[in-house]
Order: sequence, then structure tokens, then C-alpha cells
Amino acid sequence: MKLTVKYFGLLAEVTQCSEEQFKFSGTLISEFLEAIYLKHPKLKEKDFQAAQSNEIVSKNTKITQAEIVLLPPFAGG
Amino acid sequence: METKKPKNVFKEGAISSEFIANSIAKHQSKTSIGAHNIFLGQVRADIIDDKTVSAIEYTAYEDMANAKFHDIREAAFNKFNLTCMHIYHSLGNVNVGEICLFVFVSSTRRKEVFKAIEFIVEEIKANVPVFGKEIFEDSTHQWKVNS
Repeated sequence: MKLTVKYFGLLAEVTQCSEEQFKFSGTLISEFLEAIYLKHPKLKEKDFQAAQSNEIVSKNTKITQAEIVLLPPFAGG
Repeated sequence: METKKPKNVFKEGAISSEFIANSIAKHQSKTSIGAHNIFLGQVRADIIDDKTVSAIEYTAYEDMANAKFHDIREAAFNKFNLTCMHIYHSLGNVNVGEICLFVFVSSTRRKEVFKAIEFIVEEIKANVPVFGKEIFEDSTHQWKVNS
């Protein structure tokens, strides 16, 4: 499947983009992360969470949306 | 009762004291209110490795952030006996000493607003995807993490 991956904050600096298309053949967030680490090895060193449909998801969550968003630690307020 | 529809919480730049004063003044017509409580988040000039923060540049995953702000509003209205609630958060550049978060709750009586403000602010810090780039006086930067 073709995913749109969005990066925020520090992660956008690491990947040098805020959004990209990414072809992927797995079904779980964990599989997606393994694949995206191959493209952006520096991501592996960073603290972040993945979100799908405006909710944080765990690594064993099934990918159901065409958009995955990677979020660094929050700093609101 | 304040409306509960999702609204855009974000404002470009710092939240001015005039804006805050006007928000307070607007509540003079709501005479069932007996207590307001306000939280103001201010950008602090942290010193990190001998460098001083001069501003924070805020960005957000706005779709999710507005959904989370909406959830927090709903939860607070359910948990506490509030008459109304307003939340504003800055995006973009906010200099040290300026206000980046304004939370304003009102109720008939004081005890509810004391509890509500803490709940709302802690929920925002933990669950809303806002990111802060701390800009130092020498123009270098680092990414802020809520503690």
C-alpha cells in the first residue's frame, strides 16, 4: 500500500521533510517502523509516537489508514 | 452553557494581555458565575549549556490537537460543574515573557474552578500534539520536551 507519512518538529529535521509518500507491504505499525527505519536510520535514535486517525497507536496496531503521523514528545503550554 | 462544538484553539503569536482582559470583561454579563480561574503559560528564559532561550516557535499537528482540545473540553464539562471554558494556545513565535497558553474556566462557585484548571492544563501538556522549538539568543535551537 502507499502511505502518506507526516513528520513533526524534530522528526521533520531528521528526515528533512514534513511529509512523504512511502510504499509499504506490511500490516502493523511495528512493520511500518522497521521499514521506515531503513529509509531514515536516524529516526531509530529518536523518541516519538505514531498516530493514526488522530489517535496515538501502539506498535502492534493494524494500519487501517493511508496516513501515518509520527509525533515527537509534546511541548504544549 | 458554553457550546461544545470543536473550535480552533490556536492563535498566531503570543496571547496579549488585552485579549485576556477582554475575555474577562465579556463574562460580566454572565451573572450566574461566581468564580473564574485562569492559567497563563509564559515562555521562560531557560539557560541550557550557557545559552539562554529567547523565544519558542510553536508548531502543532493541528487536526489531532484540535480533536484533543475538544476531548479535554468535553471531559472537563463532564467532570466539573462549569459554566464556561476557554482555551487558547499560540502557534509560531512567542518571545520569553510572553503568554503562550490561556485557559479560562468559570463556575458558580470556586471549588470547581480550582480542580478544573489543573485537570485541563495537565491534560493539555500530556495529550495535545504541540511542539516547541526553543530558540537561543545565538539563533541555534533545541526541541522542548514537557517535564
